[in-house]
Amino acid sequence: MTTATTPSYEDAIARFQPVIGLETHVELGTRTKMFCGCATGFGADPNTQVCPVCLGLPGALPVANEAAIEATIRIGLALNCRIATWCRFARKNYFYPDMPKNFQTSQYDEPLCEDGWLDVDVDGETVRIEIERVHLEEDTGKSLHVGGATGRIQGATESLVDYNRAGIPLVEIVTKPVPGTGAKAPEVARAYVTELREVIRSLNVSDVRMEQGSMRCDVNTSLNRPGEEWGTRTETKNVNSLRSVERSVRSEIQRQAGLLEAGERILQETRHFHEDTGKTTAGRSKETATDYRYFPEPDLTPMAPDVEWVAELKAALPELPRVRRRRLQEAWGLSEHDMASVLNADAVDVIEETIRAGAKPDAARKWWMGELSRRANESEVGLTDLGITPQQVAELQALVDAGTLNDKLARQVIDGVLAGEGAPEEVAKARGLAIVSDTGALTKAVDEAIAANPDVAEKVRGGTHAAAGVLIGAVMKATKGQADAKSVRQLILERLS
Amino acid sequence: MSIVHTTAAELAASIADGRLTSEEVTKAFLDRIAAVDGTVNAFLHVDAEGALAAARAVDADRASGKPLGPLAGVPVAVKDIVVTKGLPTTAGSKMLEGWVPPYDATIVERLKAAGMPILGKTNLDEFAMGSSTEYSAFGVTRNPWDLKRTPGGSGGGSSAAVAAGMAPLAIGTDTGGSIRQPGAVTGTVGGKPTYGANSRYGLIAFSSSLDTPGPVARTMLDAALLHEVIAGHDPKDSTSIPQDPSPVAAAARAGLNGDLSGVRLGVVEQFSAGDGAEPGVVAAYQAGVEALAKLGADVVEVSCPNFEYALPAYYLIAPSECSSNLARFDSVRYGLRIGDDGVRSLEEVMAATREAGFGPEVKRRIMLGTYALSSGYVDQFYGQAQKVRTLITRDFDNAFGQVDALISPTTPFTAFEFGSRTQDPYQMYLADLYTIPANLSGGPAVSVPVGLSDGLPVGLQVMAPTMRDDVAYRVGAALESTQDPRLSDQIPDVADKEL
Amino acid sequence: MTAISRDEVAHLAHLARLDVTEAELDRFAQQLDVILQSVQRIGEVAAEDIPPTSHAVPLTNVYRADEPAPSLPRDAALAGAPDVAEDRFRVPRILGEED
Repeated sequence: MTTATTPSYEDAIARFQPVIGLETHVELGTRTKMFCGCATGFGADPNTQVCPVCLGLPGALPVANEAAIEATIRIGLALNCRIATWCRFARKNYFYPDMPKNFQTSQYDEPLCEDGWLDVDVDGETVRIEIERVHLEEDTGKSLHVGGATGRIQGATESLVDYNRAGIPLVEIVTKPVPGTGAKAPEVARAYVTELREVIRSLNVSDVRMEQGSMRCDVNTSLNRPGEEWGTRTETKNVNSLRSVERSVRSEIQRQAGLLEAGERILQETRHFHEDTGKTTAGRSKETATDYRYFPEPDLTPMAPDVEWVAELKAALPELPRVRRRRLQEAWGLSEHDMASVLNADAVDVIEETIRAGAKPDAARKWWMGELSRRANESEVGLTDLGITPQQVAELQALVDAGTLNDKLARQVIDGVLAGEGAPEEVAKARGLAIVSDTGALTKAVDEAIAANPDVAEKVRGGTHAAAGVLIGAVMKATKGQADAKSVRQLILERLS
Repeated sequence: MSIVHTTAAELAASIADGRLTSEEVTKAFLDRIAAVDGTVNAFLHVDAEGALAAARAVDADRASGKPLGPLAGVPVAVKDIVVTKGLPTTAGSKMLEGWVPPYDATIVERLKAAGMPILGKTNLDEFAMGSSTEYSAFGVTRNPWDLKRTPGGSGGGSSAAVAAGMAPLAIGTDTGGSIRQPGAVTGTVGGKPTYGANSRYGLIAFSSSLDTPGPVARTMLDAALLHEVIAGHDPKDSTSIPQDPSPVAAAARAGLNGDLSGVRLGVVEQFSAGDGAEPGVVAAYQAGVEALAKLGADVVEVSCPNFEYALPAYYLIAPSECSSNLARFDSVRYGLRIGDDGVRSLEEVMAATREAGFGPEVKRRIMLGTYALSSGYVDQFYGQAQKVRTLITRDFDNAFGQVDALISPTTPFTAFEFGSRTQDPYQMYLADLYTIPANLSGGPAVSVPVGLSDGLPVGLQVMAPTMRDDVAYRVGAALESTQDPRLSDQIPDVADKEL
Repeated sequence: MTAISRDEVAHLAHLARLDVTEAELDRFAQQLDVILQSVQRIGEVAAEDIPPTSHAVPLTNVYRADEPAPSLPRDAALAGAPDVAEDRFRVPRILGEED
């Protein structure tokens, strides 16, 4: 169909300017659903958290969850939005089997929150992302597609619907178009979603877990040649990780550039991002999209948030993540780059808690960003799910500071903690891990090392202290690492002076 | 007088003092149903066993000295658009044939809590869309006064059941007149409460901003007593008004004294000139107005210039909301499924199911509402209709600045023959010409029998300000006290009539 | 004057998921036309400055507390379904896409 070839990202961005926009859906962590008292826990048995209201049974009526409205207003306030003094829910009418009423209770031209902004940092530069609106709606159920090869809807012979998720409160956060970010557009998109996630997490209104779908992103991308009008945009649906946000923008920029270079036009359409290929494929074309026939939801009363209540909510907002990060960066003495690494590793909270539990900032950061990040990556879990608490890391560091453990032994203690053998001190005891401080055993090992390496010993005697490293290594090997390298060095120098 | 000729208030009194048991009463109505409903077809489902069990429970409660409510032991029929746990609920549609709801509507919970045995579920125009009960998927209901004629609609089943003595009381729902218009043409009382005064939770929604459940009865007092059983705030319905119900039973009793001195009544100028109304209806209505004046009411003419736009506004708002409310009937979670042959897609099965499951009037309104809400037309149709709604409310506000209640005929014509209005939808819609304004404003209104025209009942409508249902009941009861004999005491002998 | 075409009726039927027959297309086109002509005069009265009424009751902020209430037993939730498999509502293959 297309004769276009896909240019490199560098070539694409050299010729075109991207405009991006993001629509983010966040499932609120309320105890109950948006319009009924059903529980919202993730992973319950299918169709066990449903009732006449969220199943859309004939006759059932919704009543709005006040906590969800409060959470939405708090999100709006944290994003510097204007909070509506009067607004309504609206019905968005379209048929889909995982939507029980075949309309979604949402908001149309009267969102709860409007006209805000969020500053994000990209490579040391601040980019202000303008927020168009924040509104409240309800989530859909989930379908299991059966009979196809991949569990995808294409090729399936039937689908099985579970309505547990149907009716969970969903906040939609829509940015205004973001022009002018040039080659950084993919990183800006990612930084925005990262920052938004941090903000929402700081408000404690959602667990914002992209992998579980409690935060989902749709990314709009368009290209234009410098000096020309903005191009036709595509909407890439349900991009489900931070990395995918960045990759999907990048790949969409390359794809569109290829088409435009070949003189083809961009279709306004929905596209799907595929994690495996890193590419997007076409979905429904917007030109044939349905007519949603919005109208005010007659079963729900208008919302008129009390101005004083909103002011109270605003005053009670927690310190926002960017402010907090600035503060911590200074307190921890980190460079922009190091702080960025900490953020990327999602390690701010655990490091802060480790420090609070008694560790020094450098040590706390070293453990979480080094050894523990490596292990988390290996087992593909987040730092908080690794199986070691900030308190335990602080305890571990205390053992190192006391000279009981060296780094190598400490890593073995971590093995034990992660294996569920208990707290660091218990593990060290149970596994017999401690620095060898018995001078007799150590002296013996040193003497053996000197005897085995007469040439080296001679060099050290001659004043080349750097050569002692070989002897230290031999002693450490002989003591299986349980010796304190500093003491060993001191002992060797004494012997050879 | 036989049990089935006795008013609900009297039956309740007899049960309370032990002259009758609820079981005897309930059985008498079940027997009457068995005898005449084969002809009338007011019921879609009769729950003899459940009703008798409930009746015996009330009798046991009474025997053990438990306090009983004002209608304890008096059986009631429920329009089949109100969901009843464990009892089939169809909304008169093939779409829901065989569906057994897993929950009770709030008003059904209240009937049960009040000790009222539920006789069964009554016939209606499919999803309450119609004015003759001819659009039921399960056959027409016949008017007990003339079996060749419709009992009105959509609640023709509830009104016919009460008119034919098959139930002393029934629950109806009124979106554009579905309680009042069948009441008028069957010689029964029908009350549309203030919107929000009675819970809609468990009413299968037709038009959410208009639907109101209310009582169908033979007398104003009976209607008031039933109203009080079901009225009151319901936290499950966001549009339910958090206020104490209007004291309608006391108002009805006051009205029965026949004194309306000091009460100002407004004759709606636009509805009394006889435009389009049958002469016999106008005559009976005029006689009613004179009777009210004789009771001391100060009757004046009041202009409500926007009322003439009520019908068109209604026929945009109600279909718009219904097109959305009825979207849930999609063959996935409940109800009918057609064409699931392993080849057809879900989309095809949905469309085939909805095509087969909905009748012509429902489809027509879904199409109309879809059109009125669609992009490019929504401002011109749905938006304009909502503005008209504001104007109509202003007309009411203006009128109630001058008078305590407004009166008009309930419907322009008496019971019409089967098939006479189904060919032209707009002719059918005219049946609700006078009832619709109260739905649009949300205010209360009752229809009271006011005599006969060519042997067919005529109703007079009393409309009152929002949450002043008591005013409508007082005036209605006063009018009822002038009727001798009361129309609703004359239970037509269906068996004597020709089909 | 709005004249509603047969194509428009077909589009409406699609939006409303009604698999209408050819005969119904004609009939609805004609009937909707009549109805729309009759209701069109609402445009005569409702001026710009009239606020629309979407709710009959002037209530605002009707909310519930975030407190769990019992859900339906699963059997009751599934009881009315035309088809069930693996404790879920079974539907034929879906042509459209996930939203």
